[in-house]
Amino acid sequence: MNIHEYQAKEILAGYGVKIAEGGIAYSVEEAAQRAREIEGDVWVVKAQIHSGARGKAGGIKVCKTHNEVETAAEELLGKTLVTHQSGPAGKLCSRVYIEAGTKIAKEVYLSFLIDRSTERVIMVGSAQGGMEIEALAKEHPEAIVKIYIEPAVGLQDFQARKMAFALGLDSSLLNHAVKTIKGCYRALRDLDANILEINPLVVSSNNEIIALDAKMAFDENALFRRHKIAELRDNSQVDSREVAAAEVGLSYVGLDGDIGCMINGAGLAMATMDMIKLAGGEPANFLDVGGGASAERTEKAFRLVLADQNVKAMLVNIFAGINRCDWIAEGVVQAVKNIGMQVPLVVRLSGTNVEEGRRIIADSGLKIITADTLAEAAEKVVAARNQVVAQES
Amino acid sequence: MTILIDENTRIIVQGFTGKIGTFHAQEMIEYGSNVVGGVTPGKGGQTHLGLPVFNTVKEAVQQVGAEASIVFVPPAFAADSIMEAADAGIRYCVAITDGIPTQDMMTVKNFLRRFPRKERMMLTGPNCAGTISPGRSMLGIMPGHIYTRGNVGVVGRSGTLGYEAADQMRLLGIGISTSVGIGGDPIIGSSHLDVLEKLEKDPETKVALMIGEIGGPMEVDAGIFFKENMTKPLVAYIAGLTAPEGRRMGHAGAIISSAGESAAEKVAILKELGVTICPTPSLMGQTVAEVMAKL
Repeated sequence: MNIHEYQAKEILAGYGVKIAEGGIAYSVEEAAQRAREIEGDVWVVKAQIHSGARGKAGGIKVCKTHNEVETAAEELLGKTLVTHQSGPAGKLCSRVYIEAGTKIAKEVYLSFLIDRSTERVIMVGSAQGGMEIEALAKEHPEAIVKIYIEPAVGLQDFQARKMAFALGLDSSLLNHAVKTIKGCYRALRDLDANILEINPLVVSSNNEIIALDAKMAFDENALFRRHKIAELRDNSQVDSREVAAAEVGLSYVGLDGDIGCMINGAGLAMATMDMIKLAGGEPANFLDVGGGASAERTEKAFRLVLADQNVKAMLVNIFAGINRCDWIAEGVVQAVKNIGMQVPLVVRLSGTNVEEGRRIIADSGLKIITADTLAEAAEKVVAARNQVVAQES
Repeated sequence: MTILIDENTRIIVQGFTGKIGTFHAQEMIEYGSNVVGGVTPGKGGQTHLGLPVFNTVKEAVQQVGAEASIVFVPPAFAADSIMEAADAGIRYCVAITDGIPTQDMMTVKNFLRRFPRKERMMLTGPNCAGTISPGRSMLGIMPGHIYTRGNVGVVGRSGTLGYEAADQMRLLGIGISTSVGIGGDPIIGSSHLDVLEKLEKDPETKVALMIGEIGGPMEVDAGIFFKENMTKPLVAYIAGLTAPEGRRMGHAGAIISSAGESAAEKVAILKELGVTICPTPSLMGQTVAEVMAKL
């Protein structure tokens, strides 16, 4: 789960990381009020969206007067920003963060993440801040420093010092740097974050180390014990279909194609989508209905898939293990009847009680296309989709 | 003896008396697995499904000689149960539980590393379907009837995609020596490589099938191991051709976050390493059959 920059900064401030003075605003009036509260002669108005690369998309505006702050807030609030990380649909900006401008003497990069191959937290730093780390890794891999942290003992001072020196921070700032680096690590560990990225971490002209940006993402599986973090969830930043799916315990990812999918198991779902693509189609979604696909759950999944107006045909592929094909078949029949489904449906059942499941589909009298194998299912759904498209044109 | 379990392996169920634990314990017993009891802290001394319930794994090891365990404990407590099994001297543990926090798994792996290699418990999962040696023992939640006994060793992340592969092979008359589900989480007990290492040494296994997916370095690591250390042919399928970057496809581990993690990139690297690639998921059985025919 992602959170906003201002939320991450508030968390980090609690861990001894210095941030610039700032405040959140949901309206132009609030933005002006925040600017008046913050001393100085430069303010930065920052769009709060769950995406990086906001600067290039016009989401960060430097202002010299309160009027400019108002204008900037007016421009950003309610606007959908498309960055190269946000996806083509973009992210709605419904709040802006007003921050005191910082005079920057030096910019560096610092992040922490859980490394899958070593199964440890890895601290990544570079003296070249401000750049995207992916680009930096490609162009200047030698400029990136990685330090692995032993889970049992945690981040040690010598490791934090090593990073501070690698970042090229002045010796006079060493204690402050160690405090900042260790604070970040503790925030990640204490709160079950997967990623903590500060880009840039800056040294200001008055020699302070300040987190000028902050990105944190949290482990969904750990939110049951991180209630305060769970409250920071902002569903306006997530595809509404995914939010609806999560509410009924389904795993859904919206895609750009027009063949709706309902499958049990993440691996089989990906494989089925691959088959659709190989058969010449494009999946509209990833949808894993999971193990206990009851009739009610099946109907919810159908409604979710069909809520996507792009869907021109739908494929159900179930390999029943704990599930039983007859239960699934009954759920499918009920869903089709209740919803009054308009688009062609291809159903492939396999596994436990498959014969009975197929019989229920056949006896339903509904126009359901059936398939025995994965390949046949994919071919049939692509053919059905093509027919619909041909009729439309 | 197969690589991890056989009909004699003495199995206990952790989270035995819960609804899920009970259901799958019954299924395993019906399949013929040698389930000797279970653990539910606080319910020690009771009898469940005609088998003894213990308060601790240690008691189960001492009193009924438990060697392997299967964990159905809820996510918040599952890591603790796995570590308890390792501490008690369990040899092989399958963690079925889905939803264990990543940092908990980091702790588990760190805990396991404290044991000398020879004494270290092998863990597969979490978030997996378990392990089966067809006709002998099932330590998992899979539909046992789709697996037939034979000479193909299978390792995969996904449950249902593993069933699909087993079914395709069954229809072609190809059997399985052992099938191991390693799970879909970012940090898991054993990798593809760990299982391939065992399959390579297993006299019953003639061909290995690896069912991988997007995200993480594991499939490529396994490919390098194959090139450098394996004498048996390796067939692989990588799911997730259509997965966009940065989006989690169901499994917490199935997310493309850095270079080399997409399906197309993994396939290209594995091909280079000499692995036989299944061009589509509907050809897993047939690709294995073709490789078997050349033996």
